[in-house]
Amino acid sequence: MNPIEKLNKIFDHRIRLGIMSALMVNEDVNFNFLKQLLDVTDGNLASHMKPLEENKYVKVSKSFIGKKTNTTYAITKLGEKAFREHLTALEEMIKGL
Amino acid sequence: MYKIFRITNIAYNIENSFSFVFQSIGMDTLQENPLEQLQQIKSMMEKSSRFVSLSGWGGISAGLCALVGAYLAYGKMSKISSGSIYDNSFPNREALLLELIAIGIGVFIAAFLLSLLFTYIQSKKQARPIWDSTSRRLLFNTLLPILVGGIFILKLIEFNCVEFIASGCLLFYGLGLVNGSKYTLGEIRYLGYSQIILGIVSLFFLHQGLLFWTLGFGIMHIVYGIAMWKKYGY
Repeated sequence: MNPIEKLNKIFDHRIRLGIMSALMVNEDVNFNFLKQLLDVTDGNLASHMKPLEENKYVKVSKSFIGKKTNTTYAITKLGEKAFREHLTALEEMIKGL
Repeated sequence: MYKIFRITNIAYNIENSFSFVFQSIGMDTLQENPLEQLQQIKSMMEKSSRFVSLSGWGGISAGLCALVGAYLAYGKMSKISSGSIYDNSFPNREALLLELIAIGIGVFIAAFLLSLLFTYIQSKKQARPIWDSTSRRLLFNTLLPILVGGIFILKLIEFNCVEFIASGCLLFYGLGLVNGSKYTLGEIRYLGYSQIILGIVSLFFLHQGLLFWTLGFGIMHIVYGIAMWKKYGY
């Protein structure tokens, strides 16, 4: 099987890849931190987060700090597995060069 | 986790030699360019887990504070005409000790505020937040050994073990730096190691506490600050 086909289509975007990378090395990350990290707008980040949530790669939790909502994200077991498989496919592509 | 870092390291090592090949065969979409993806992954993992706005000027200013403090302390201690602070029967020992402790606390506060100021300026320049999960983690992990050391040293003073104060400061501070270094740029780790080494050596010269304290908190900070400044330009 061609390693390119093993790549996860959902991760085929800089921002989604960035979200997953940050979540892999942090227990949880909040919305504003991700926004600053990836240098994107609210809407942009939310729209890229959607497919990750829908595929249950990421779990969302909302809490309140005073009156402001604090939305934090964490990676799920499924998300971790998918990300590792994506990395393995990337590794195979590099080896095959 | 190890595997991810191994892969991203591979990407890092070969990115220079291969990026030309990718460009020349037109693989520039994210999907088909594994190296670009790995670079993005590596960069985001590092950026999201390390605080990168520490400034060399902070180190230099902390070192200068320590030198001023050491000068003041030396002045207080050299006024003693006979005996030494290490001598339990020395008259007014408690008053002198309190003055020295006050100088020490003053140096700590001044150095902390100045480094904080330079860190703040640096984070503004880099347009990065000064208070986020990376700086919280850095601060907590650096301060934990230092606070534990502080309590320990207060007990040493209470039991009149004045000889061990300088060594204790150097050792716990060094451990704090090494512990915190995982959450920022690498160089501060070497500052930590040098403080630990000085702390251990000073255990063999217990009556030269101020000298080792000055070397560690004064000179080493300035050397570190200049090294940072030369390497990163801030």
